[in-house]
Amino acid sequence: MLARVAENVYWLARYLERAENTARLVSVNTNLLLDLPAGYTPGWQPLIDITGSRETFDPRGGRADERSIVQFLIADPDNPGSIASSLKMASENARSLRDVLPTATWELLNQFFQQFAEQLPTALSKRTRFNFLKRIVLTSQMLTGAIEGTMNRNDAYTFLMLGRNLERADMTSRIADVRSAQLPPTETPELRPFDTIQWMSVLKSLSGYQMYWLSRRTRISRADVLGFVLRDEQFPRACLFCLKQIERCLRALPHSAKVLDTLAIVFGFLSDVELGALEQIVLHDIIDLLQLHINGVHAEIAKTYFPAPVNASTMRQLQQPDTSRALSV
Amino acid sequence: MSIDWTAYPARDQYDELVGPGGGARAAGRALMRYLSDLDKEEIGVRQQAAELAIKEMGITFTVYHEQDGSIDRAWPLDIIPRTIARKEWVRIEAGLKQRVAALNRFIDDVYHDQRIVAAGVFPASIIATSRNYRPMCVGIRPPRGCWAHICGSDIVRGKDGTVYVLEDNLRVPSGVSYMIENRQVVKRVFPELFESAAILPVDDYPSQLYDMLVALAPRQDRRPEVVVLTPGIFNSAYFEHAYLARQMGCELVEGRDLAVLDDDCVYMRTIRGWTRIDVIYRRIDDDFLDPTVFRPESTLGVSGLMRAWAKGNVALANAPGAGVADDKLVYTYVPDMIRFYLDEAPILPNVRSWRCSEPDELDHVLAHLDSLVVKPVDGSGGYGMLMGPAASQRERTHFATQLKANPRNYIAQPVISLSTVPTFVGDRIEPRHVDLRPFILSAAKTFVTTGGLTRVALRQGSLVVNSSQGGGSKDTWIVDTEA
Repeated sequence: MLARVAENVYWLARYLERAENTARLVSVNTNLLLDLPAGYTPGWQPLIDITGSRETFDPRGGRADERSIVQFLIADPDNPGSIASSLKMASENARSLRDVLPTATWELLNQFFQQFAEQLPTALSKRTRFNFLKRIVLTSQMLTGAIEGTMNRNDAYTFLMLGRNLERADMTSRIADVRSAQLPPTETPELRPFDTIQWMSVLKSLSGYQMYWLSRRTRISRADVLGFVLRDEQFPRACLFCLKQIERCLRALPHSAKVLDTLAIVFGFLSDVELGALEQIVLHDIIDLLQLHINGVHAEIAKTYFPAPVNASTMRQLQQPDTSRALSV
Repeated sequence: MSIDWTAYPARDQYDELVGPGGGARAAGRALMRYLSDLDKEEIGVRQQAAELAIKEMGITFTVYHEQDGSIDRAWPLDIIPRTIARKEWVRIEAGLKQRVAALNRFIDDVYHDQRIVAAGVFPASIIATSRNYRPMCVGIRPPRGCWAHICGSDIVRGKDGTVYVLEDNLRVPSGVSYMIENRQVVKRVFPELFESAAILPVDDYPSQLYDMLVALAPRQDRRPEVVVLTPGIFNSAYFEHAYLARQMGCELVEGRDLAVLDDDCVYMRTIRGWTRIDVIYRRIDDDFLDPTVFRPESTLGVSGLMRAWAKGNVALANAPGAGVADDKLVYTYVPDMIRFYLDEAPILPNVRSWRCSEPDELDHVLAHLDSLVVKPVDGSGGYGMLMGPAASQRERTHFATQLKANPRNYIAQPVISLSTVPTFVGDRIEPRHVDLRPFILSAAKTFVTTGGLTRVALRQGSLVVNSSQGGGSKDTWIVDTEA
């Protein structure tokens, strides 16, 4: 497979995953705020940190209320992490992948982009927002299913999996980081009821609430939730699970020795951490490091498989229309 | 309310569906019977279904706007098909094969002995002044002596029913993917008709194209690596490039994916390393193929590609230099070429053309600008031409100056009143003018698409069918009336 196409497939998967995760976050936060009493609520600010968009959001000096943050996360074309931007980038990548993706999947993607644009106005009203976001998550899951059920297990598939799992591991670690920052670090025998609700929201952001119960069969606790989202090997949105998937993908690819070395460091790092006993401040640093490691895996993948970045003059020429004149349809 | 065919004004020109008596021509009988059973609302519902299908399937073409950059537009398809009887098509097909055979002989001759010049049939001066003549192709023998592997010829029908060839596109003709997709959509919309009428299929084009490309491979001892070379997603025909690559199971590559290495072979950069390429179906014009030979600033092509091709290490379709015959002044000689190379009488006539390069004919053109169409010899897409009868006196005067300054650059033709096909306009069915672009593949053998892409001028009375200028398209049915 062409190096350039591998890169496009990889980023398509990352952008789609990013859009889905952001939709989950906004949706869960909307619900969380309904359950918490005023004065206790962490509000919408944490979502700016989870999505790593503090640097884009703050300099604007706008209000940080629900409406502007939701608008920023869902619809803002100038926020590169917004759902709208993620889907726009995904569609740019998808355009060049018609010959790679199964036709039905490509058509579903195309529909997804069109519907998103059409329904975007319903995202901002609280009443219709839930359905709007649910549809994004569902369509994304449908796409995963269509790919799962119809696509050859070829190199393109491997790069889709790489992109999806890397993005997912990254986002899960962010959610664990920011949400736990607002919660008391010390294990008291009885969590305050509102704390429990917030730990539940961590799980729900990942659609992991029910899976947590099935797996742990114990009440919510900080150490258990953190262990579940970071180190579970059965839950498909847990960091470790995603990293194991990445390992499998890499083993199917040529020249992967160096990337696997980088990955091995992350595994070692994750298994050595004592989650329950950590002070919050230490936990935050640890997760920061984890994200750096994940980013390192990305950098090594890019170095090994993707073409060198295109220079500006080439990009300009590629964007010029109709350089071949005989296109007279 | 059903369609009132007696009110359909088919008398002013040749209509492809409705005959002079108001009834359907043989090839369209089943279609007209079917349409007559529908009322206008039902046809409207089907048109909407077709438009939805096109949106869902992502069938687009790209238009360039000064302000907004490249925009993807849904492909315009009118659901009422254009019908041609198989018996007539067999003759057209033979005429196209004959034409392309002569054109290929001509291009090969241009780059070798120029027998046609020596025989006094074709003037040497035209070759020397052809914008698409490539001196570096002299003496090169591409695989199977074939240069124009993919040709898209535009054919039209005049008022008296005669079918003419209007031009031959021998560089990078596009549109074939829309021919196939139009059929997919119309099959979804009129499934009943395909059960009852004998409509010949069109969808084997990609496999024919693939076989043709494989036949050009320099290494025949293994499964050749065939790729489609595109300028990229911003090109107006990108949809088609991706479509054909997908249908053939080939990689769709851009210039930046390729390199010519020390062994003068072409390679693409894959995640496994460099993979050698045998055949390139290039959708980039000659000028951009190789910056070391043509435009040095081009990054769409590959440095060293011409060297690799000249050494026979890679096949290019169409071959560089094939465009020498894609010149409307050369077009005027095609009937002579057929007689010269094949010793046959041309099956399909050209449209009567005046060569502005010849002083007598230029005088005639200048004296009759108000009744002629004057076209630049290397133009396409309907740009840069003068529609005499529609132009103002000022426009004609302005054009005459250009014409006199560079007569080699123009030919003139009478305005052909193109045939019409019933077309769904708003909530009515009205006649609209059409042309037809069949595609001809040549390598070991010659293949002609079953029908081709019918383009339709959607504006009333308009003869401009280009989709970049408000044209639409129709599915084209070759109907076996004897089946």
